[in-house]
Amino acid sequence: MPAALKPTMPLILAGAGVLCLALVSLFVGVSDLGPLKLLADGFDSADMQVLLVSRLPRTIALVLAGAGLAITGLILQILVRNRFVEPSTVGTTESASLGVLLVILLAPDMPVTGRMMVACVFALAGTALFIAILRAVPLRSVLMVPLIGILLSGVIGAVTTFLAFRYDLMQSIGAWTMGDFSVVLRGRYELLWIIAAAVVAAYIAADRFTLAGMGRDFATNLGLNHRAVTALGLTIVALVSAAVVVTVGTIPFLGLVVPNVVSLAIGDNMRRALPLVVLGGAGLVLACDIAGRILIHPYELPIGTTMGVIGSAVFLWLLLRGRSRAA
Amino acid sequence: MIQLDRLSKSYNGKAVLDDIRFTLPSGGVTAIIGPNGAGKSTLLSIIGRMIKADSGRVSLEGLDLATAPGAQIARRLAVLRQDNHPAARLTVRDLVAFGRYPHSRGRITAEDRDHIARALDYLGLAELADRFLDELSGGQRQRAFIAMVLAQDTDYILLDEPLNNLDIRHAVGIMRLIGDAARDFGKTILVVLHDINMAAAYCDRIIVMKGGQIIRHGPPAEIMSAELLSNVYETPVSVHSLAERLVALY
Repeated sequence: MPAALKPTMPLILAGAGVLCLALVSLFVGVSDLGPLKLLADGFDSADMQVLLVSRLPRTIALVLAGAGLAITGLILQILVRNRFVEPSTVGTTESASLGVLLVILLAPDMPVTGRMMVACVFALAGTALFIAILRAVPLRSVLMVPLIGILLSGVIGAVTTFLAFRYDLMQSIGAWTMGDFSVVLRGRYELLWIIAAAVVAAYIAADRFTLAGMGRDFATNLGLNHRAVTALGLTIVALVSAAVVVTVGTIPFLGLVVPNVVSLAIGDNMRRALPLVVLGGAGLVLACDIAGRILIHPYELPIGTTMGVIGSAVFLWLLLRGRSRAA
Repeated sequence: MIQLDRLSKSYNGKAVLDDIRFTLPSGGVTAIIGPNGAGKSTLLSIIGRMIKADSGRVSLEGLDLATAPGAQIARRLAVLRQDNHPAARLTVRDLVAFGRYPHSRGRITAEDRDHIARALDYLGLAELADRFLDELSGGQRQRAFIAMVLAQDTDYILLDEPLNNLDIRHAVGIMRLIGDAARDFGKTILVVLHDINMAAAYCDRIIVMKGGQIIRHGPPAEIMSAELLSNVYETPVSVHSLAERLVALY
């Protein structure tokens, strides 16, 4: 049987991989921009403008969103004690979207920060509702948990769609239900930096999350306030989900794929798993975005599509695998 | 010493614990025995802060367990419930290291490392230390959890049926270990047991529970009576002296 791998090596490899992908991401796009051309044309050129206004923000946004969504999956899986949950399978993302829609309807002039806060409050309420349902329903199978989550997401999503349909906003909900990084420009993504703070908070509280994931009794014995840790975790999840939904839209499955692969490799001790999950999330989103930009060049496939294809395949694999192995 | 003062708990109108008053002196190993549904696990869970009592109070050397800070209690009282099925993939060493959490808050010191290594050693887990819990047998996992509780290094240790899933060798090993811990390190150990003979052989004191009440307590010689045990278990039980031990047959 494999013992726990030493995490240093995968960490270095993952770090190098993300760095390479980030560099590629900077120099892929419609306008011809290469490192050599950039040097030849000098730093005051239009190339530099493209880099600073479009490419660099896009790459930073990709890294932040990827890292953030991956840790939301990790935190939810630990707190709910189920492998198959992530923000888009428990109603968090849909609740955030509903929040955004209501802002557009009721207070269209609200600045983007306010819009994010509303989305965050909705995301928190939606996730709390999911947890409350889990407590009330007898869980006969590990698959019940994601099924309940997907049902709840469906119901909340239906309310959003109904409202959007009534008020002729179908076009604009399309903008955030399908994640897309082509809209990212300087001045329109900075909200995502809040994810960096969330990642740091998650790392500081990592041991507490791992303990909480061992169950309420286990945590109580070690003197941990289980309720407080759960509240902290859900706040991080809601904040990150809301920031991503408001700035780039929904990216499904990411929070599911990355933590599961990391868990298989090095286990669930969050102190050890978190750095790899962060790098894995950033790397996967960068790779999907680059693929989306190259496949039908000079047009783009939105990342929601590429991620959805890859993510749903891995999700299916995990579900089928879960039959033979307790999740 | 642990004081239980008028402790009651009921589920759906049925009393599981009925006005329990008891003082557990410090030191020694105390077993709780009794038929299913006697309230043994509920009592342990209430002392361990995992269930709230409907009324009454538990205090540990004057400290009210309902109001004292969780972290402070966790350095003095460790509880292991039965049926530990972790959902998280942790290694044995990680699990045992978490026993030090109340002391180290996650920053493992050299002293913590000593405690962890000793606990792993005591339970014969040194070779399994880097294996994941979900790759172990039920008995190995049970030993890993007991090692964690030992690493927690508290004066009071509560164990709910720790011998579940263990073979004879490991069951006897655990009972001896508990006895050593009580004698050599002055720990106070309260353990729910199903096997009356284990309780008689390895414990200093036995508490007999039935119907949510403590109906008798005392040294094994007093408890090991055919009449009392037959009554408690509603099954004919005879007690014999074998190799200087009292053995119950049923």
